[in-house]
Amino acid sequence: MNNKKFLAAVVGLGLVTLSGCGSSSSDSEGNGSKTVTLVSHDSWAVSKTVLADFEKKSGYKVKVLEDGDAGQAVNKAILTKDNPQGDVFFGVDNTLLSRALDNGLFQSYEAKGADRIKAGYRVDGDKVTPIDTGDICVNYDKAYFAAHKLQPPTSYDDLIKPAYKNLLVTENASTSSPGLGFLLGSAAKYGDDGWQGYWKKLKANGVKVVDGWEQAYNEEFSGSAGGKKAKADRPLVVSYASSPPAEVIYADPKPTTAPTGVAQGTCFRQIEYAGLLSNAANTKGGKAFLDFLLTKEFQQDMPLNMFVYPVVDGAQVPAEFTQYGPQAKDPETMDPAKIADNRDDWVKSWTSLVLK
Amino acid sequence: MAVPVAFFAVFFAYPVAAIVARGLKTDGTWQFGRITDVLAQPDIRHVLWFTTWQALASTALTLLVALPGAYVFARFDFPGKQILRAVVTVPFVLPTVVVGTAFLALVGRGGLLDELWGVRLDTTVWAILLAHVFFNYAVVVRTVGGLWSQLDPRQEEAARMLGASRLRAWRTVTLPALAPAVAAAALMVFLFTFTSFGVVQILGGPTFSTLEVEIYRQTSEIFDLSTAAVLTLIQFVAVGAVLAVHAWTVRRRETALRLVDESVTARRPRGAGEWGLLAGVVGSVAVLLVLPLAVLVQRSLDAADFGYYRALTHSDGGVFLVAPIEAVGNSLEYALAATAIAVVIGGLAAAALTRRDAGRFVRGFDALLMLPLGVSAVTVGFGFLISLDEPPLDLRQSWILVPLAQALVGVPFVVRTMLPVLRAVDHRLREAAAVLGASPWRVWREVDLPMVRRALLIAAGFAFAVSLGEFGATVFIARPDNPTLPVAVARLLGRAGDLNYGQAMALSTILMVVCAVALLVLERLRTDRTGEF
Repeated sequence: MNNKKFLAAVVGLGLVTLSGCGSSSSDSEGNGSKTVTLVSHDSWAVSKTVLADFEKKSGYKVKVLEDGDAGQAVNKAILTKDNPQGDVFFGVDNTLLSRALDNGLFQSYEAKGADRIKAGYRVDGDKVTPIDTGDICVNYDKAYFAAHKLQPPTSYDDLIKPAYKNLLVTENASTSSPGLGFLLGSAAKYGDDGWQGYWKKLKANGVKVVDGWEQAYNEEFSGSAGGKKAKADRPLVVSYASSPPAEVIYADPKPTTAPTGVAQGTCFRQIEYAGLLSNAANTKGGKAFLDFLLTKEFQQDMPLNMFVYPVVDGAQVPAEFTQYGPQAKDPETMDPAKIADNRDDWVKSWTSLVLK
Repeated sequence: MAVPVAFFAVFFAYPVAAIVARGLKTDGTWQFGRITDVLAQPDIRHVLWFTTWQALASTALTLLVALPGAYVFARFDFPGKQILRAVVTVPFVLPTVVVGTAFLALVGRGGLLDELWGVRLDTTVWAILLAHVFFNYAVVVRTVGGLWSQLDPRQEEAARMLGASRLRAWRTVTLPALAPAVAAAALMVFLFTFTSFGVVQILGGPTFSTLEVEIYRQTSEIFDLSTAAVLTLIQFVAVGAVLAVHAWTVRRRETALRLVDESVTARRPRGAGEWGLLAGVVGSVAVLLVLPLAVLVQRSLDAADFGYYRALTHSDGGVFLVAPIEAVGNSLEYALAATAIAVVIGGLAAAALTRRDAGRFVRGFDALLMLPLGVSAVTVGFGFLISLDEPPLDLRQSWILVPLAQALVGVPFVVRTMLPVLRAVDHRLREAAAVLGASPWRVWREVDLPMVRRALLIAAGFAFAVSLGEFGATVFIARPDNPTLPVAVARLLGRAGDLNYGQAMALSTILMVVCAVALLVLERLRTDRTGEF
C-alpha cells in the first residue's frame, strides 16, 4: 500500500469539502507578522470596541483560540509547546503556574506597564505577567438566611458549626478549579498539618461534593437563578466573589440588590497570568498584545466580561461590582511554588478523606 | 477501500497512537511496566469494576424496558407511531451535557419523583442507570424492532396451528430469529454505557467514575499522560473485544431470514392485553424519555415573552464573540460538512466490505470502523493536537477539524446502515452489467445506487443528527467565534446568572427540535428496516 497516495487522496477529499462549503473559509496563516494569535481558556472575553481599538492602533489582527477550561488549556499549551498554536497564552492561574513554568511554556518578556501592577500581584522573573485576579469564596443565599433568621457564615471556622450543618456544597478538588481553590484556602488557613482535621469536621457537618462548578452552582445552590428553578436546597456554595454581581447583571428585570452574598473570610485569591509562548511565530505582535493586556482600557473592560478584578493601579472597577459584590478583604493566598510542591499530594489525601 | 483506510489511519489511528506513545514512551523507550503499575492501584481497579458492572446493569435494564417497546413498534399500528419513533431517537443524538442537566431535574431534588413519592436518585447509581436507558432506548427499538417488524408472523401462527403453545411457538420460531439482533443491540448498549462519559460525570458526582471519565481526568486535569495512556489501552482492548463479538453476531444476523414488508406485519392492537401493553410502552416512554426533554422546554420558557430566546440574538452578553443564535448556523454548517465526509468515507467502506472478494482483513475492518465510538474523545482531541501539527497536515486551526472529528463518529452509523442493504443486492446483477460492458462506476450507478439511494439518505440523516449533537471532540477544537450548539450550551451553563442559564435551556430546546425534525424526515424516508439504526 502506498501511504503517500492515501494521504493525497484524503487531503484531496478535505480540499473538496473545503471548497464546497466556502462560507467559513479558514483564516490565512501566511502573514504571521500582521496577525497575533491568543491562546486562552473558554472564559476569555473582551468588548469588541476595546479589541478593535487595539487592532487599529497596533496594526495587528487578533485571532483567539479558546481551549476548554483553564486546566485543559494549560495542558494543551504544554503539549504543543514546540509548535505552539499561537503567540500569547492567557489564563494560567497561581494553582497551575508552576506546571507551566516547569515545562518551559513561556519565554521572557516584561510587559510595558508592569511597574503599575499592584504590589501584591507581582511575580519573580519575567516569564509571566499577572493580568487579573479573582476570589474563590463561599456564596450564600440571602433569602434562605433571612427566612431562617440565621446569620450567614463569615469564616472557615463557621462552616463547621452545627448551625450550618448540611448547608454547604463544594466542588471536587481534583476536577474543578474553585474546588481546588477552596481546598488550598483551607490549607493556607489551617496549615499543612491542620487542613485534614478541618475537612474531617466539614465532612461530619454534611458538606456535599459534586464534580463541577456548573452542578454545584446551577443545580445545588438555592441562591442562583438555575438553583431556584431546580428547587435546590443548599444555601451555601463555593463559587466566586464576582458571582453576586453576575446574578444581577444577567437578570431581567434587574433586582436592586443581589440575591446572593459572599462570606468574607472564606476566600482564596486566584491570580491569572499571561505570557509570551516559547517558539511563538510572531513575538513582536505577542509583545504588543501583552502590553495591551495591561492597558487601562483592557483592565477596566475585564470585570464585566470575565468577572475578574484588574491588577494595575488606577484601573476603575465598575459600579455593579462594588455595589453587589465587594472584593474579598483579606483572602488566603499561597505561593505558586508551594502549591506546585503539594497540590497532587493534597488532592490525593483530600480525595480519600472526603470522597471515600 | 483505500480512502476509508487512509482516513482512519490519518484522522484516528495516527492521533490516538501519537498521544498514547507520548504517555508511554520516555527517552525513546516504551515503558510497558507502567501498565502493571497502574493496574495495581486500588483506585483504578475500583474504576474498572464500576465501569463493567454499571454497563452490565445498564444493558440489562435497557433491554428490560426497551424490548416491549421494540415489540410494540414492530407489530402494532397506532396513530402517532412515526412521531413517537422519532421522539425516542432524539435522546440518542442529544449531547449528554444537555440531557444530564434535564435528567437531574427529573430524578433529583424537587423532581417529579421527589414531589410524588419523595424519592431522590441523584446521588445513587440509579440515576446513571436510568439515564443510560434514556439514551439507549432507541438502539434497542431500532435494532431489534427493525428486524422484528419484518419477521413473518405467519411462521409463528403456523407453529401454533400445529399445536404449539403460544410460548413454545415464540420460543422456537421467533426467538431464534431475533436472538442475534437482541445480542447486537445489547452489545451496542454495552459499548455505549461502558464508555459513558457525560452521564456519569454529571449524575455520578465525584464518587462514581467510569474508565472514560478517568481518562479524561488523568489527561485533562491531572495531566498524568502515562496513566491516561494505560487506561486508553485497557479501554481499547475491552472495546475491541466487544466489537469483535458484535461483528460476529451481525454477520449471523445477516444470514438468510425470511423477511416480509413491515406493512403486512403491523396491525392495530386487539383486546385489552395488547392495548394495555401499548399503553404501558407509551407510558414508560413518556416518563423516561419525554419528561426529561419536557423539563428543558419548560425551563427555556420561564422568562416572559420568550425572553431567553430573544436574548440569544444579542452578542453583548460577553460569553461569546458572536450572538449565541449563530451557533445554530455554525452547527448546521459543520454537521453538513461532517455528513458529506461520513457518507463518502462510510459509503466507500461499506461498498468495499460487500465485495465478494473481500477477504478476512477487509471484514475485520468492519469492526475497526466502529472503534471511534469506543475511544475517548479527549484522547482523540489531544491526539489531533499533537499529531496534526505539521504541514501538509497542520489542521489544528482549520475549521475542517470539527467536521472531521464529527465524521469519525458518523462513519460507523453510515456503514451499519448501508451494509445490510448493499449485501442484499444480488451479485448476479452486477456481474451481468459488467459482462455487458459497463464500467465499475457505471455498474455502481445503474445497479447499486437505485437500490441504496434510500439507505444512503437515511445514513446521511443519521450522521447529520449525530454530528449535530457531538460534543466531546468538538469542544476540544471548536473556535470561540464559531461555537456549535452543544459547545455554546456548555459555555452558557458555565456562567452564573439567570439569563445565561435560560439561554442554555433555550439553545438546548432548539437543538432538540432540529434533531427531532431531522429524525422525523428520516422516518418518512424509511421503508426498509434491515439497517441497524
